[in-house]
Order: sequence, then structure tokens, then C-alpha cells
Amino acid sequence: MIQKTLPVVREDSRARAPVSFDEKLAAHGLRLRAGRVETLQVNVGKLCNQACKHCHVDASPARTEIMTRETAEKVLDAVRRFRIPTLDITGGAPELNPSFRRLVAEARLAGAHVLVRHNLTVMFEPGQEDLPEFFRGHSVEVVSSLPYFLEQQTDAQRGRGVFEKSIEALRRLNAVGYGREGGALKLNLVYNPVGAFLPPAQAAIEQDFKRELAARYGVTFDSLYTITNMPIRRFLEYLRRSGNEERYMRKLVEAFNPSTVEGLMCRTLVSVDWTGKLFDCDFNQMLELGVADELPQTVSDFDPTLFEGRDVMTGAHCFGCTAGAGSSCGGAVAEK
Amino acid sequence: MAYYEEDDLGRFAEVGKHRPDLFEKFMAWYQACQEDGALSRREKALIGLAVAHALQCPYCIDAFSQSCLEAGSNMEQMTEAIHVASALRGGASLVHGVQAHNSVNKVSM
Repeated sequence: MIQKTLPVVREDSRARAPVSFDEKLAAHGLRLRAGRVETLQVNVGKLCNQACKHCHVDASPARTEIMTRETAEKVLDAVRRFRIPTLDITGGAPELNPSFRRLVAEARLAGAHVLVRHNLTVMFEPGQEDLPEFFRGHSVEVVSSLPYFLEQQTDAQRGRGVFEKSIEALRRLNAVGYGREGGALKLNLVYNPVGAFLPPAQAAIEQDFKRELAARYGVTFDSLYTITNMPIRRFLEYLRRSGNEERYMRKLVEAFNPSTVEGLMCRTLVSVDWTGKLFDCDFNQMLELGVADELPQTVSDFDPTLFEGRDVMTGAHCFGCTAGAGSSCGGAVAEK
Repeated sequence: MAYYEEDDLGRFAEVGKHRPDLFEKFMAWYQACQEDGALSRREKALIGLAVAHALQCPYCIDAFSQSCLEAGSNMEQMTEAIHVASALRGGASLVHGVQAHNSVNKVSM
């Protein structure tokens, strides 16, 4: 049994499911244990130039929580010391953190693959205009949200005017060599459902995006990742406001697919929050559900060998990652 | 007793209570029909949505609206499917005007 001191989180900040996630795993003879740590996913803060309706981080221009230079150096120490294969940088809009460019450059020097969760529109903020060239200069893998290939759906989720800016940003990334077939500069897009429903089959919707974005806007990209909306923070508030929580959670539970468990991101990733605290994933981070008590709690004490084989902390939100074809930061994890 | 409660769709399996063998056969057939085949899952969901409107079945409209979204369709595509169903319903009535013509012609000089 995993012992964990429960954090001080209001009960109503958690989604409710008809069965517990651990019971569901047990019913299928499964246990969620991590493998080798391949990725350190660093959330450098909640500041964002957008305020998307589905955001599990609750990020916005009004947020002030942001990783300090000192904490960013501790992250880099861990990357260098343990030769972490991949540094995955997220936020908020991570580019708005003053330490962002140093994190990228130093992690690349340390030999890590660097992936940035880039919201596209941030490149139109003051001082960010050269982001495409910066990304190219450091061979960064760019992963960007674009919930649909049409303006209405995209703006409904991400804010008015976001679609038009996103298309312009994609053109700029294409112009410096990103998302070109067979090229080394990877530009991957993320599809999130615009509402309380599950994502479509990844391969099918990827074909649609490729065809429509090329035909309508002359834009190309590498892969499309389908990610399920997580019942956390802003999306959970939406579910409750719209009377959809019970139905959505039932849908996630009914769509539980045991074959997704092996490929879940928490099995190969450790998440760091803006203060340096460690979590099993970015979703647990937002719920303040820390790693098991016996493990190091901050990036200063991080050692990947201690995290290999750990029991992952779970909650009702985990059904979001195991529904249908599954969902991870790299999209679907199994056949639907 | 209220008709067409939203939660009733989730109780569909209760229909199998007295002849589970028949219900199981129906479900296996129903589910097999929705899988990718010569037609994609998305095309089948749009057919289902159109038929749901032709039948004016609120359970089916709810279920297939969700299926269409979860197959990646957008409202423009779904609306076109609904128009096809509606046009056929209208056309099926209108074409019977020929029967009326035939009937009138038969007794007219």
C-alpha cells in the first residue's frame, strides 16, 4: 500500500469518478509502476499570454508563479549530472520565463534532447519574435497546441484571434525549416477536444489536419498528438458549470483501456514544478499530489535511480490518460 | 413517469433482461457495424447521425452527436448530414405527389 501524506487540497478541486483508479487497475491485474526515467518535464511557471478554457494549469497573463534562475540551475545540474535523455519544458508559456533560453541552451550542451511546449502565439509577444530561429539554432523539438484546423473551434477553446496568429506562427516555423517532411526539425501539433468528449483516433485526425492545413493555409507539420482533456482546474470548472462532470467521468471510466497503462508518460517521466518540487506528472502537479513520501521531494535531491520502479500516485484524473487509445504528452499510447 | 430521461440511455442493457441472448446478438452486430471497414468510423458516425434525425430518436441523436465529435467531425459536416436526412424525409413525402396526380388523373376527364 502506498503511504502518502495527503496535501492540503480542497476536496472539491478533485474530479469524482464512480470507481477508484487503483481499483480499476487491480481489477485488470495491473499496478502502475514507473520504469527508467527518460524525461524530466519542467513546468517553469503559470504565466501565459493566453488563458485557454481547458487549461489544467489555470495559466494566464495574471499568474505570477514562475521558476527562479536558482531553481532553473538546479534543474540543469540534474540534467548534466544524470545525463537525462530528454528535457521537456512546459508552462504556462515557458518562453516568458527569463531563464527559458538558458535552460534550453545549457540542456542542449549537456547532450539532452529538448522539447518545448510552445503555444505559437507567444512568438508575437515583445522580445519573442526570434523564437523560430532560436528553436532552430538549438534543434529544439516544438510541440504546439492547435485543437482544430478551423478558426471557430480553436478560438472557442484558446481565445479570440488565437487561430489566425497560430497559423501565422506555423508559417514562420515552416519558413525556418520546421515541420518539413523528412526534416530534422520536428514540429508536432496537439489536438485537444473542444469540449467534454474524447479525442478521435490519432491517425485519422492527423490525416485531416495534414490535408486541411496544407490546402487551406499552406502549413505543414510532422505528427499530431491527440490528448484527452483532463478533469483538473479550468476544465473541471467547465465540466461542473456545464453539468457535464458526471457524464464525462463516466465516459472516461467506461473507456478505460488496460493496454494504455504500459505506455503512460508517468512511467518514464518525472515532473518538476516552478518551485523545484517533484511530481509523477504535470497533472499531479496541478493537484498538488506529490511523489511518494519515501522519495526525494525536490529537484535538488533528485536521483533518477531512486524513481525507477516507484509506485505512481494516482487519482480519478488518471482515467483521462487511460481512456480509449490513451493520452500522454506524446498523444495516444495504444490502438483504440 | 417521464419519457426520454437522459440517464435512460445508460440503462439500455436492461432491455436484455428477459432475453439476454437476443440482446447480446444485437449488441455484437451493432458494435461491429461501427468499426472501421470499407467505410471509416467517421463516415459511419455521420450516417448514424443522419438516420437518428430521420428517426427522430433523441437517444440516437445524443449518442451519434458524441460519436461524430469523437470521430473528428465538425458541426459543418454534421449539419450537412442532418440536411441530407431531412431532405430525404421531405423528398419522400413530396414524391408521393405523383401518387396524388395518378389518383386524380384516374378519375379526371
